[in-house]
Amino acid sequence: MEILALISAGIIAAAILAYVLLDGFDLGTGILFPFAPDSRSRNIMMNSVAPVWDGNETWLVLGGGGLMVFFPLVYSVALSAFYIPVMLMLFALIFRGVAFEFRHQADTSTHLWSASFFGGSLIAAFMQGVLVGALVQGVRVEGLHYAGGMFDWFSPFTVLTGLGTVVGYGLLGATWLILKTEDDLQAWARRSALVLAGGVLIAMAAVSVLTPFLRPAIADRWFGGINLVFLFPIPVLTALLAAWLFYTILSDRELAPFLSSIGLFVLGFAGIGISLYPHIIPPDITIYDAVAPRSSVIFAMVGVALVLPMVLGYTWYAYSVFRGKATEHGGYGGE
Amino acid sequence: MPPIDPEILGRLQFAFTVSFHILFPTLTIGLAGYLTFLEWRWLRTRDDTFLRLYKFWVKIFALAFGMGVVSGLVLSYQFGTNWSEFSRITGPVLGPLLGFEVLTAFFLEAGFLGIMLFGWDKVGEKLHFLATSLVAFGTALSAFWILSANSWMQTPAGASIVDGHFVVDDWLAVIFNPSFVYRFLHMTTASYLTTSLVISGISAFYILRGDTTGTARRAFSIAMWGVLVLAPLQVLLGDQHGLNTLEHQPIKVAAMEGNWNTESNVPLLLFAIPDQAEETNHLEVGIPNGASLILRHSADGVVPGLKEVPKADRPPVGIVFWSFRLMVGLGFLFVALGLWGLWARWRGRLYDTRPLKWLAVALTPTGFVATLAGWFVTEVGRQPYTVYGLLRTADSTSPSVAASAIATTLTIFLIVYGGLFGAFLYYLGKLIRQGPSEPETTGETPEAMRGARPGLVVPAE
Ligand code: HDD
Ligand code: HEM
Ligand code: HEM
Repeated sequence: MEILALISAGIIAAAILAYVLLDGFDLGTGILFPFAPDSRSRNIMMNSVAPVWDGNETWLVLGGGGLMVFFPLVYSVALSAFYIPVMLMLFALIFRGVAFEFRHQADTSTHLWSASFFGGSLIAAFMQGVLVGALVQGVRVEGLHYAGGMFDWFSPFTVLTGLGTVVGYGLLGATWLILKTEDDLQAWARRSALVLAGGVLIAMAAVSVLTPFLRPAIADRWFGGINLVFLFPIPVLTALLAAWLFYTILSDRELAPFLSSIGLFVLGFAGIGISLYPHIIPPDITIYDAVAPRSSVIFAMVGVALVLPMVLGYTWYAYSVFRGKATEHGGYGGE
Repeated sequence: MPPIDPEILGRLQFAFTVSFHILFPTLTIGLAGYLTFLEWRWLRTRDDTFLRLYKFWVKIFALAFGMGVVSGLVLSYQFGTNWSEFSRITGPVLGPLLGFEVLTAFFLEAGFLGIMLFGWDKVGEKLHFLATSLVAFGTALSAFWILSANSWMQTPAGASIVDGHFVVDDWLAVIFNPSFVYRFLHMTTASYLTTSLVISGISAFYILRGDTTGTARRAFSIAMWGVLVLAPLQVLLGDQHGLNTLEHQPIKVAAMEGNWNTESNVPLLLFAIPDQAEETNHLEVGIPNGASLILRHSADGVVPGLKEVPKADRPPVGIVFWSFRLMVGLGFLFVALGLWGLWARWRGRLYDTRPLKWLAVALTPTGFVATLAGWFVTEVGRQPYTVYGLLRTADSTSPSVAASAIATTLTIFLIVYGGLFGAFLYYLGKLIRQGPSEPETTGETPEAMRGARPGLVVPAE
């Protein structure tokens, strides 16, 4: 059972990471939306994500579905503990999602759906950051049920992680736009990316400093015994990558800034994983307590092994069909 | 505010969001099939009419698809937020089914949707057709898994409760549980039928207005064939579905029939006002022996009654009884529409019979009404259980979530979904007013086209 729990946790982590990176750049594009130079730029920005946002969001459905498969207890406890931020995130994602079609159909109310796209992206990103922060800071559980109040998730720390996620998604969005656009819009995206990269570093530093104070177990994980020796590469890599990010934004590179932003997210994600393991809902529930019955886990794993490679294959194909620069009329209005 | 039972609020919220969601898949499942058909015909015949129809209906498809995606995302998390006990207990069964839906269906739909909508000049015709077909296949696959999950809750099999949650011992028995095949066929047919009604209604509207683009007649004809075949098929499937329900959920059938006592020679009630407290009906009007005949195929067949189980184990009879009548009544009306269409076609007057076209226009949204009514029969008839006979709705809720939080989110849902639905209808109306594009080859005026058969404008197949 041990190994099954580990693989299950790995699958969930991979699905969530895939979601964060993929929907991260299109939510980030939404966050940057109102600040774009002009309405032509906004159309291009929207077109750059229109063909792929639905697939990106599907990873979130997989994350939720995956939790119900592999860790039903976590799905049950976490979603009742985080009732309010989850609901707010869902409402926000509704506004973000419908904006694509509605804005395209609109003549006189374009600004309404632009606002819906921006507001939805912003709040969804913020709430996702809040959720991560709330998980790291810990959830009160008694027996098999959530035992806290409706607002336990709210704290200065979770506000910080929320803001950090907004800035981080903004960076992903900006570097995505460096890749997908040209000329003025690209220059604007570079300038935005510089500012946001600075913000991300500040947020990462603040979270890293505060996290060990949340619970002794986390401090012990990072600084106890010889752990620091093994974990030392993570902050070092982060610093190197950040330097590389700044360098590539300032030079003419188009793909490298996006890849290094992704790298920063992966490292941050790994840091959270290290702080939490073996807990999936700290401080009481570990992945070993929460893993689903063997028959369900094995059935689902066979499915993942068979189907996920195909999914990755055609997702890659779908992205490659739309590679290259986005245009004002490439997506909506092509025909 | 007076304290309201969180269970009732949770049920109301779930019923509202899931009813809202199902409207859109019903249309997208059907339209995806229709678009595949159109593109296939276009590739085969090169008849421009099919292509213009495709390019028109794909816009409506995209609009509905977006609504389906965002409202579906809500549902997949609502199991946890509003039904946390339910999720914990049934997660080992339902989790994998929903997980497979995501892996096999949602990714497929999402992956190829982009190509279908925006890929016309990026991939070849064959590949584009493949993308459309895969999206259509994905929608049907999605129905497969979600209906398997739902059917398992109606007729659970292949799993038992160990340590306070379900553990599966036979996955095939779970997936192909006793009511699954019936529900899958009945629901997918409902989608295609509802879509046929939408297409025939909108096309009839264009013909009445003057078919300037030469596409409306073609679409009307295709859709009327659809209604002719699908409506009787749906009645047949419904009958079989009912017999299956009689076997596995007899009390639900008792509620559908409004029958209180287990006895023979039970009438088929056409009208009644069921009275849950008094355990009887008022103002009954019925066909003698009707229910016995339908359900047992003999006039003195014994039909189960609601009094078979204690009061606390009975579903709300009125809702089930009336929803069932609404669905079945509409079902027969759809059969009548199909037959009338056949008759008019046979007489060569399919496009000229004004009352037929008006009936088609009037029936445009009624497929959705029948579909929702059907779901109300199924879901309310399952009460007071979430997993029939094994897990009660009262034991499925989220114990730590406050009633006030559910009431607040319910209110927001009502406002947000109400607004979105308004916007959806507004943009739908706008698309419908625009209609399919004019043929590109000729500069004919609308007047010259009016009254011309599509086949005369562009050589037909
Ligand atoms: C008979 C069909 C059917 C039924 C009963 C349901 N759905 Fe649905 N659902 C679909 C058929 C469908 C679909 C046709 O496959 C959709 C419509 C648009 C789309 O993207 O796929 C969809 C979309 C959709 C999505 C968005 C997928 C994406 O991001 O691409 C989610 C998360 C759900 N559904 C979840 C649910 C849940 C939790 C349901 C039950 C309570 C449910 N659906 C009932
Ligand atoms: C899509 C069409 C569906 C509609 C219109 C529908 C309708 C409803 C309604 C009206 C209720 C409330 C019953 C009551 O409280 O009296 C309900 C409850 C519920 N349904 Fe469905 N349903 C649908 C599909 C599904 C599916 C596919 C699932 C599961 C995968 C599902 C799971 C549930 C659950 C968990 C509840 C809450 C518990 C309950 O009240 O029974 N439903 N639904
Ligand atoms: C005379 C015709 C019909 C009969 C006898 C019939 C019968 C039934 C029965 C017995 C059920 C409940 C099954 C259960 O919960 O165990 C049901 C459900 C349902 N019906 Fe019908 N039906 C008919 C027509 C229609 C039509 C015309 C539509 C829609 C266009 C429709 C859509 C549905 C849906 C969506 C459900 C819920 C899902 C399911 O349980 O399959 N039905 N029907």
